[in-house]
Amino acid sequence: MNTVVNSTSNAPAKPAARAWRGLALRAPNGRAVLLALLPPVLGLGLLVLVWQLVSASNSNFPSPLVTWDAAVKLFADPFYSNGPNDQGIGWNILASLKRVALGFGLAAAAGIPLGFLIGRSRFLAGMFNPIVSLLRPVSPLAWLPIGLLVFKAANPAAIWAIFICSIWPMIINTAVGVQRVPQDYMNVARVLNLSEWKIFTKILLPSVLPYMLTGVRLAIGTAWLVIVAAEMLTGGVGIGFWVWDEWNNLNVPHILIAIVVIGVVGLVLEQALVALARAVTYEEAGS
Amino acid sequence: MSEPKFIEVQQVEMLFDTRKGRFHALTDVNLKVARGEFITLIGHSGCGKSTLLNLLAGLTRATEGVLICAGREIAGPAPERAVVFQNHSLLPWLTCFENVYLAVERVFGAREPKEKLRARTADALALVGLTHAAQKRPSEISGGMKQRVGIARALSMEPKVLLMDEPFGALDALTRAHLQDELLRIVAQTGSTVVMVTHDVDEAVLLSDRIVMMTNGPAATIGEIVDVRLPRPRERVALAHDALYNEYRTRVLEFLYHRQARPVKEAA
Repeated sequence: MNTVVNSTSNAPAKPAARAWRGLALRAPNGRAVLLALLPPVLGLGLLVLVWQLVSASNSNFPSPLVTWDAAVKLFADPFYSNGPNDQGIGWNILASLKRVALGFGLAAAAGIPLGFLIGRSRFLAGMFNPIVSLLRPVSPLAWLPIGLLVFKAANPAAIWAIFICSIWPMIINTAVGVQRVPQDYMNVARVLNLSEWKIFTKILLPSVLPYMLTGVRLAIGTAWLVIVAAEMLTGGVGIGFWVWDEWNNLNVPHILIAIVVIGVVGLVLEQALVALARAVTYEEAGS
Repeated sequence: MSEPKFIEVQQVEMLFDTRKGRFHALTDVNLKVARGEFITLIGHSGCGKSTLLNLLAGLTRATEGVLICAGREIAGPAPERAVVFQNHSLLPWLTCFENVYLAVERVFGAREPKEKLRARTADALALVGLTHAAQKRPSEISGGMKQRVGIARALSMEPKVLLMDEPFGALDALTRAHLQDELLRIVAQTGSTVVMVTHDVDEAVLLSDRIVMMTNGPAATIGEIVDVRLPRPRERVALAHDALYNEYRTRVLEFLYHRQARPVKEAA
């Protein structure tokens, strides 16, 4: 509630913002805030209620309260380290994020330029489209043995799985973006006789960026899904391995905590990219 | 009118390969445009007037025949033949200033310092009365203003020819009249050679030195050319009562609605 009031009073004095603020001042927005917060709070409450009912009927399943206590203990010291197989949850999350960042970064470095080439050249599109169509539906985990074979180590193999699952959306969305650059803009480029570099920086890149970021967003979602599964198979430090480890310890509250943590991290990654996309997306000029 | 053959179109044929087979768009088109002349191309939709303009722009190549501008064959698009597109085609991620600057930089960037380029851009925007909107993006200004930025961008390149493809077609009547007046003033000031596609009879008579009327497609060609001998500067309200103006207007209307009555299937 407090933060909402603050953000309105700090609004920049643009005309539109001022008009909106005037409106907000006239009608106290407590009711609006309540209406905005109520549904999600009720939804989460319902989830906890269902959880409580399930745990009440099944003694193996920890109740929300037990899980909460375990979480408090767990997050009191997230960064301890007692050897490679017993580390705090913070280290495990960071290890997973590091793998995702590496695989994802490599995929972006390879996939985005490739997407541009495929989008620009009909010939290259004809060459690569069958490969992409064939390999894209394959579960990235199927590539894990190939990674293990080639790299002879678990960590690069997990990164390889992330790379493979992230690259397809980046290639496809970038290529589609390039193909959808409005012909009008390309005509401008032709009439002005712009150099390839100017065409790239002033026309292609800005108009492809929203498509590209959609690809990046899809990729980060999949990458975060895949890393958990990949780490269950490869072992080592990481949130996926941690879940499997706690299963072997039969520590169910920790598994439930991990599920929530994985969800929250995925949500944060996604929202960060949505915010980035919004910052670079231009408004259509219309006619 | 020292150069009567500044632009020359000779025996141009234009065929398009479409899914339904070959489409014969233009046939036997011959036209000469003098330096400083204002020409409008008028005809029903589908008569190939935009096709002819695209040929002059160099955006498409003629199947047969030759197009010459300032003594050289038109082999592709070039800044010396600036185009004002119907839908303005401004880049939405650049401000008005940057949109014009992109063109200025391309044409003069190699020879002139940055300040000079910026001054040219500012001058072009001032010419169309948009100095105040220089830092706005296309999405923040009205349709008429966008079209004026498009004109500023074209003029900023100091083109030999200004090619305009129904530049005011998407605007409301009042804005259109306002921009026509402005175009008259700008062309008088710069002495540009203009080829403009339009479907508005009043616009054609008001602006042109000659009106090129095209027959209906397929295989459209130039049907008739009207010489508009109205003194300049022209003033739209005074012209409304001018007998000569109304005679030209009637001649164009006659051509369009009697001799080249719109094909029934396109009447919608």
